[in-house]
Amino acid sequence: MTSTTKTDRVDATVVAHTEIARSHHAGAATPKAHAHGRQHPLKLYFTVWILLFVLSAGSYAVDYFNFHGYLRWTLIIAFMLMKAGLIVAVFMHMAWERLALVYAILLPPLAVLVFMGIMAIEGYYTNFSRLVFFASKS
Amino acid sequence: MSSEPTTTSDHLSQRPSGLLGVMADWSSDQRSFKTASWRKAMMWIFLVSDTFIFSCFLISYMTVRISTTVDWPNPSEIFALELYGRKIPLILIAIMTFDLITSSGTMALAVNYAYARKRRPAAILLVATAVIGAAFVGMQAFEWSKLIHEGVRPWGNPFGAAQFGSSFFMITGFHGFHVSMGVIALLIIARNVWRGDYDSGRRTTYSHRAGDYEIVEVVGLYWHFVDLVWVFIFAFFYLW
Repeated sequence: MTSTTKTDRVDATVVAHTEIARSHHAGAATPKAHAHGRQHPLKLYFTVWILLFVLSAGSYAVDYFNFHGYLRWTLIIAFMLMKAGLIVAVFMHMAWERLALVYAILLPPLAVLVFMGIMAIEGYYTNFSRLVFFASKS
Repeated sequence: MSSEPTTTSDHLSQRPSGLLGVMADWSSDQRSFKTASWRKAMMWIFLVSDTFIFSCFLISYMTVRISTTVDWPNPSEIFALELYGRKIPLILIAIMTFDLITSSGTMALAVNYAYARKRRPAAILLVATAVIGAAFVGMQAFEWSKLIHEGVRPWGNPFGAAQFGSSFFMITGFHGFHVSMGVIALLIIARNVWRGDYDSGRRTTYSHRAGDYEIVEVVGLYWHFVDLVWVFIFAFFYLW
């Protein structure tokens, strides 16, 4: 007898938990769930969407109008970073995640910059040696 | 059992925010990602590893481009197309970029409608995303065949440095493969949404719990990442 009532109680708690889980997963069911970044006004998505189009048009214009040198590289990098930022922050909902996840995901790729620096030095060195030793071939 | 602990019920309102929150979440033997479920966290971690793979491709491209003594082919001319009797530089790549951004937008809307439990618009938008993604792969196939026809090979090409071909086929090929896999995943999820698997909790591929549309957001993360990678490829390979 006691064992059955116990299982009943356990079942009841399981059901209660499931209800909580459901209400959280239902999206706008609770204000809390909304705060977790599940649903956002459509206007935000459309704004970002249009911005991405404008930025892409900007980076294409860099090539179309044939900018050269540092102006070209600065513009390319600027447009690229703005686009990447918008996609990650809004479309991938990073802006609504807790910082513990944001840092765990966004900080490790920064190590790539170090690798990039090392390989740039290596590349220039290889280029230098080729020019010195194989210049006649080029 | 369906009472898998959800991260959202982790007394979030009582937890500190900011840097203090980072320390609180990462300390004391607990799950660190309070707002992300296991699958969202795992997708993010997979995306970080994928970031490293694409970074390695782009860095090796940078290294060979810096180190070669032969002139690098001008992508602006190579990817130009003759349209209405006029040669427009890089136009195919520009169209592909806009195509991918359009698909990112439809994907974001699909996630929104899925969380609102509007199955019909969500499924339609997912299929639209897949179709636009497939169009991207089609344009890439056109681009590949055009370049191969012009004599571009992984070991050389008529335009300049031999490394251009290997970098091009490796980077765009890997990205195109990612897009193709994304299209397949999107179609599977779209079918599940359309059938209402996420309302009934029916166990099929990528569904296991009733009332849970989070998988749409997770596949959306992958799709947006594919777009994100293209942003970097576009900047460094095509525009630089």
